[in-house]
Amino acid sequence: MNLENQFNTRKPPVATTGLIGWLRINLFSSWFNTAVTLLVLYFLYQIIPWFLDWSILSADFTHNYKGEKIIDRTFCSRVANPEEYHGACWSIIIVRFYQFIYGFYPVDQVWRANLTYFLLAVALIPLLVENLPYRRHLIKFTIVFPIIAFVLLYGGFGFEIVPTNKWGGLLVTLVLGVFGIALAFPLGIILALGRRSKLPVISMVCTLFIEFIRGVPLITLLFFGMVMLPLFLPEGINMDGLVRVLVAVTLFQAAYMAEVIRGGLQAIPQGQFEAAQSVGLSYWQMNRKIILPQAIRITIPSIVNTSIGLFKDTTLVIIIGLLDLLGIGRGALSDATWMGLSNEVYVFVAIVFFIFTFSMSRYSLYLEKKLKTGINMGAD
Amino acid sequence: MQKNFFSDEKSRGILYQTLVIGFFALAIWFIVNTTAYNLEKRNIATGFGFLNNPAGFDISFSPFLDYKSTDTHTKVYFVGVLNTLLVSFTGCIAATILGFIVGIIRLSNNWLLSRTAYVYVEFCRNVPLILQIILWYAILIQLPRIKQAPQIWETFYISNRGLYGPRPIYEDGFFIVTIFIIISFLIAFFIRRWAKKRQDTTGKQFPTFTTNLGIIILLPLLVFFIMGTPMTLEYPILKGFNFKGGMVIRPEFIAMFLSLTIYTGAFISETVRSGILSVTKGQREASGALGLKQNWIMRLIIIPQALRVIVPPLTSQYLNLTKNSSLGIAVGYADLVHGFGGISLNQTGQAIECMAITMATYLLISLTISFFMNIYNRSIQFKEK
Repeated sequence: MNLENQFNTRKPPVATTGLIGWLRINLFSSWFNTAVTLLVLYFLYQIIPWFLDWSILSADFTHNYKGEKIIDRTFCSRVANPEEYHGACWSIIIVRFYQFIYGFYPVDQVWRANLTYFLLAVALIPLLVENLPYRRHLIKFTIVFPIIAFVLLYGGFGFEIVPTNKWGGLLVTLVLGVFGIALAFPLGIILALGRRSKLPVISMVCTLFIEFIRGVPLITLLFFGMVMLPLFLPEGINMDGLVRVLVAVTLFQAAYMAEVIRGGLQAIPQGQFEAAQSVGLSYWQMNRKIILPQAIRITIPSIVNTSIGLFKDTTLVIIIGLLDLLGIGRGALSDATWMGLSNEVYVFVAIVFFIFTFSMSRYSLYLEKKLKTGINMGAD
Repeated sequence: MQKNFFSDEKSRGILYQTLVIGFFALAIWFIVNTTAYNLEKRNIATGFGFLNNPAGFDISFSPFLDYKSTDTHTKVYFVGVLNTLLVSFTGCIAATILGFIVGIIRLSNNWLLSRTAYVYVEFCRNVPLILQIILWYAILIQLPRIKQAPQIWETFYISNRGLYGPRPIYEDGFFIVTIFIIISFLIAFFIRRWAKKRQDTTGKQFPTFTTNLGIIILLPLLVFFIMGTPMTLEYPILKGFNFKGGMVIRPEFIAMFLSLTIYTGAFISETVRSGILSVTKGQREASGALGLKQNWIMRLIIIPQALRVIVPPLTSQYLNLTKNSSLGIAVGYADLVHGFGGISLNQTGQAIECMAITMATYLLISLTISFFMNIYNRSIQFKEK
């Protein structure tokens, strides 16, 4: 007698674990899903190899297809032989790399810019690393860093003075970003406290300021800084172009920062204010010791997000003729020897910005996750 | 206890506020004085009289108003406002559609699809908008020249000078067609109200969507043919180095539209995603248990609740997009900042007046958007009894 006929043999179960299982669940769970997966794969197959080929495989870096060193656009393979070569020509970046990083900073003084870059990295460490020994003291260095950076870059105190119109490239982008954030943050706190103040005049002034700034585009504020500020100041006072831009960017971001911090202040339970007042703390003591530490702590992710916005907004300065990273790129393109390589320049600048902003947004996500599990707000 | 003036909270508050008012009054007095002196010294006129002077420059893009270089600065202003509104309005609509699609895709259970959407969102959110505008513009002006422009059915031409297409020319009877378009929308609106009322009272359903779509499309079309097709198309024809006739969408506009849509769409998709995630799983399971169809669950249960979370950040995205449209100056899109706040300002030198008008206009646009979005927001929030 045949056993097989007595028992209905079942097939082994479909894999739900391992690589095959993962593929089944996530990519091929239904016919529709399979179709979508194939469609996306086809789309990616069209894009990724093309981009890799353009940017790396058939791109020129320092030498062209004939093996010559590239010194201007005519040496680029895709300019010299457009029938056969389509790859990018990164030489424009490589040849002008110094300008992209330092602008027109004098070569013999460039160690100062390098030292500033290095100190910036040092100043960021205590912000990023949570359980660093002596973190409290190292933070003090972070706070005074903008002053050190300014002295180092501009000069004075025995250094040769390098006027700001010699700065450029990544240096200007970072100066605007770091100084903007460092100035907008305290100003934002003051505006947020002012808006919540019980004194009607102060609260009205702060509210008007914040709402006005938030209602107009940054570009009009930059124009304001460029064309109107000189009219407002008495003769003889000539503000540096970079400083004027910095004022506009700072005021702009301070208004947004203020709204973020105000959100944090509103999240603090009323009991905290009452408790602080009942132990006899004054208004400023209460804010400094009790309220602000909590409010800022819960808003740090949003503050980082606002800072990302500020960092991206620094590119607007090209419209009023300042040479930040993008400005240097455009300058290189308007040079007859490198004309027509716009894709390479813009892609390079985009990647540099992406590296900075993406790592900032990852950091803010990390903080958000940590805060969610970490602290109890005292809201019982 | 003796009451000291400074230890009393009330009197101290009054003192602070007087100081603030005094400081601002002093600052304003100082600024007005120095500005008046500076203006006089530089021979810059004041007042708004310049608005009626001829502008004397051309504007490359004015789809609504017929603008000549002999027109006044006031007209420059209106051309700029209309261009700003055009790119903001089309951008907001396109960004909303893109944002909703990408936001839903991000939640798809297809790993590859959601990851691809994630890469798009992260890349477009994290690269400065102005760079994206310039990059798109640089790509668009690398398109073939007009002579070699690729064509689609001999009606649309894609060239580095813009997208050429047929232009509709309206004849006498078209006005009646327009009236019937409005009437068909009104009918659709009343049918929807009637159907909702009937469903509320009797529970019977009515295919509102298909009926209304039919009415909105068919009724004006019928009238259009009854009136004897009172509209013709004018096709672009290549003459010499340029096209004659037809309609053109300039690369400046396309670059602005694309980059604003793609950039803001990435932000909107994140708010949509978080909005949908904010609807608890129980809602989906409960509606499934009631036997609702899958797309009904989305339309009747998930989206209305998600909208409560989505709309406030969506409003601020619309405001951002409108303000960001001022970046058109980077590629020469003739918006408010480029025309009136830029060229008019430089020609007349009246920086204060031009900037004040420009800023006030943006404030007005922002307030209008906030106003309407707040009304909409109130209409979708929980009605607590």
